[in-house]
Amino acid sequence: MVGRSLREIVWARLRRDRVALICFAILVVMYLLAIVGPYLLNALGYDPYTFDRAAISNSGGQPVLPNGGIEFPKHPLGVEWGTGRDIMAQLLSGLRISLIVSTSATILTVLIGTVVGIVAGYAGGWTDQILGRLMDLVLAFPFLLIVLALSGVMTDRLTAMGVPEGNTSRVLYLILVMSLFGWPYLARIVRGQVLSLREREFVEAAVAMGAGTPRILFGEMLPNLWAPILVYTTLTLPSYIGLEAALSFLGVGVLPPDTTFGAMLANSVSYFQVVPLYLFIPGGMLVLLVVSFNLLGDSLRDALDPKAIH
Amino acid sequence: MTDAGKEVLEVSNLRTYFPVRSRGVLPRTIGQVKAVDGVDLAVGPGETLGLVGESGSGKTTVARSVLMLVRPTSGSVKIEGQEITRLSQRDLAPVRRKAAMIFQDPYNALNPRHTVGGIISAPFKIQKIEPEGGVKRAVQTLMERVGLNPEHYNRYPNEFSGGQRQRIGIARAVALRPKLIVCDEPVSALDVSIQAQILNLLRDLQHEFGISYLFVAHDLAVVRQISHRVAVMYLGHMMETASRKVLYSQPLHPYTHSLLSAVPIPDPARQRERNRILLEGDLPSPINPPSGCVFRTRCFQAQERCAVEIPPLVEVAPGHKVACHFPIATVPKSVVTEHQAHELAPVEGVPVPPAGPDRVVPA
Repeated sequence: MVGRSLREIVWARLRRDRVALICFAILVVMYLLAIVGPYLLNALGYDPYTFDRAAISNSGGQPVLPNGGIEFPKHPLGVEWGTGRDIMAQLLSGLRISLIVSTSATILTVLIGTVVGIVAGYAGGWTDQILGRLMDLVLAFPFLLIVLALSGVMTDRLTAMGVPEGNTSRVLYLILVMSLFGWPYLARIVRGQVLSLREREFVEAAVAMGAGTPRILFGEMLPNLWAPILVYTTLTLPSYIGLEAALSFLGVGVLPPDTTFGAMLANSVSYFQVVPLYLFIPGGMLVLLVVSFNLLGDSLRDALDPKAIH
Repeated sequence: MTDAGKEVLEVSNLRTYFPVRSRGVLPRTIGQVKAVDGVDLAVGPGETLGLVGESGSGKTTVARSVLMLVRPTSGSVKIEGQEITRLSQRDLAPVRRKAAMIFQDPYNALNPRHTVGGIISAPFKIQKIEPEGGVKRAVQTLMERVGLNPEHYNRYPNEFSGGQRQRIGIARAVALRPKLIVCDEPVSALDVSIQAQILNLLRDLQHEFGISYLFVAHDLAVVRQISHRVAVMYLGHMMETASRKVLYSQPLHPYTHSLLSAVPIPDPARQRERNRILLEGDLPSPINPPSGCVFRTRCFQAQERCAVEIPPLVEVAPGHKVACHFPIATVPKSVVTEHQAHELAPVEGVPVPPAGPDRVVPA
C-alpha cells in the first residue's frame, strides 16, 4: 500500500471526476475574469460607465440595433436600455463585486463558525450552552427582513466609522450581514464533529504530553475537521452568490453606476418582453457560477468521504 | 512502600469519584460512581507493577488519575516525590516529561491526520525540547529503536498494522526518556503473536532506559510475563499485592484465587480435571457498593463479619499485602500448578522484532 495523505487521496479522486474538473476550470476562469477582466476590457476600450448615446434611440432610449444592440466588436453582448452602457463590461465588473462579496462573506462565515464550533464542542458545559443558545438566537431572526430594515442605518454607521461612502460601505454591509447570519450552520456541524473527536484517545494523549488547549483545538482537532469545513465552504459560496444577487435585486446591494448580477436582472425585467437576451445574460452567468460551485462541492464531498476510501 | 523518597510513583489513598447527574435543564448530582476508592500503590525505579482486575474494577481510572487525565477526588499522587494532585495543567507540564502514557487502542491513540514523524516529534515540540542533532534525527532514531522503518517518517497511521501503531505509541512515550510510563492495557487490542513482541520491546526499553511501568491489564498471562510485582483490584479497592512469584504461587485473597482459576490451561485433560472457582453474579454497582468488604457479595468465603467490617490492606509477609478477613492460606492444587506456571512463563522462540542487539533477558 502506498502512503498517501488526505490531500493526495482527494486530489487523485478529483482528477478522475470529469464534472469536478470542468467545474473547477470554469471557476478558475471566473476568478481570473473577475480579477483581470475589467483591466483587460479597459485596455481594449470597453468601459462599464461610459454612456453610448449613438447606440440608443433619442426617443425612449431603446437600443438601436436588434437583440439589445449587439454590435461587433463594439458591444458584443449589447447595451443597457436607456444609457447605452456596454453589457459585457458591466457583466465583468458585476462578477467582480459578486465574487468579492460572496468570497469574503464565506471566509468570515467559515472562520467564525469553525472557531465557535470547536470551542463550544470542546469546552462543553456552560460555554456550550451559551454558544448554543446564541446560535439558536441568530437562526431565529427573520434574516431577509433584518437585512432590508437595517440596510440604511448600518450603511451610514459604517460610513461614520470611516469606511468610504457609497458602494464600499454597502458592499461591506452585505459581507458583514451575510457572515453574521451564516456562521451558526457551520458552527453546529463543527461542534458535532468535535464532540465525537474529543472522546478519541489521541486527544487524551496530547493532554498527557502536556499540550495546552490551543494546541489541542487547532493542532489535534482542526486537521480532522478539514473535510466538513471544505465541503461546507464550497456549498456556502454559491448560496452567498445567489443571496447577493437577490439582495441587489431588492435594492440593498450596490447602487448605480456600479452594478451586479442582481441589479442587472432587476433592470432587465422591465424590458423582458422586448429584449429577453438582456435577462438571460446575467441570469446565465449566475446559473453557471452557482451550478459549478455546487457540483464541485458535491464532488469534493464524495472525494472526502472516508467510507469510500480504497 | 518502604523508602518514600525512592519510589518513582507513590499513590496513597487515591479516590476518584464520578458524579452521576440527573437529566434535565438543571442537572443536579444524585450519586457518585466510586471508580477508585482508596487505593495505595508504589512503583520503584526500573520496576513494573502489574495492575489486574476484571472490567469495571477501576484499574484504568487509576492509570488515568495517576497522570491527572481525570482529576482524583482526593488522595495523593507523587511522581519522584513531587505531589501533583493539586498542580494546574500548566504546572503539570514539567511533570509530563517524567511520566508518559501508552494507550490501549492503537487505532484511536494516534491522530489520523498527523504523520508518524509528527506524532513522535510531538513530545519534543510540546515540551519545547531540542534534542541533539535535531528533532527529525531523534525521531528516526526512536523509530529504529522500536522496530519501525525510519523511512516511513512521512506516512500516516492508517497505513500501519495494529502492532506497528502500538510501536509508534511506544516511541512517542519514550521520546523524552521518562522515568515512568503508565501502560493502559497496551497489548489487549493486539493479536497474541504481536503481544509477545510488544511486551519484549517494553521490557528491553525498561532495561535500556531504566523506565518504571505501571502496567494495567486484565490478562493474567500478560501481567505475569512483564511484571515484577502485581496488584489486584476489585470495585475500586486494592485486594492483594505481592511479588509476581508469590502472587501466582501463593495467593491469599479469594478473589485472586478465582482470577487465577479462570486462566485457561492449554491442556484439555488438565483443564477438565481442575476445580474452577466460578464467581456468581455480576460486579456490584460502584454507585452503591456493598457494605464492609466490597467483594463479599460474590465471595465463597464470606461470613457475617465481612458485611460489617471493611478489611484493611495488611502486610502478611514482607511485600505481600492482602485485604481479607479470611485469606486462603493453602493453595488449592487446581489453582496454580507447576505445569501452568511453566505455560505462563515468558514466551521464548516467538520471533523477536529487530528491537536492538542488546536484548537483555531478565532473570
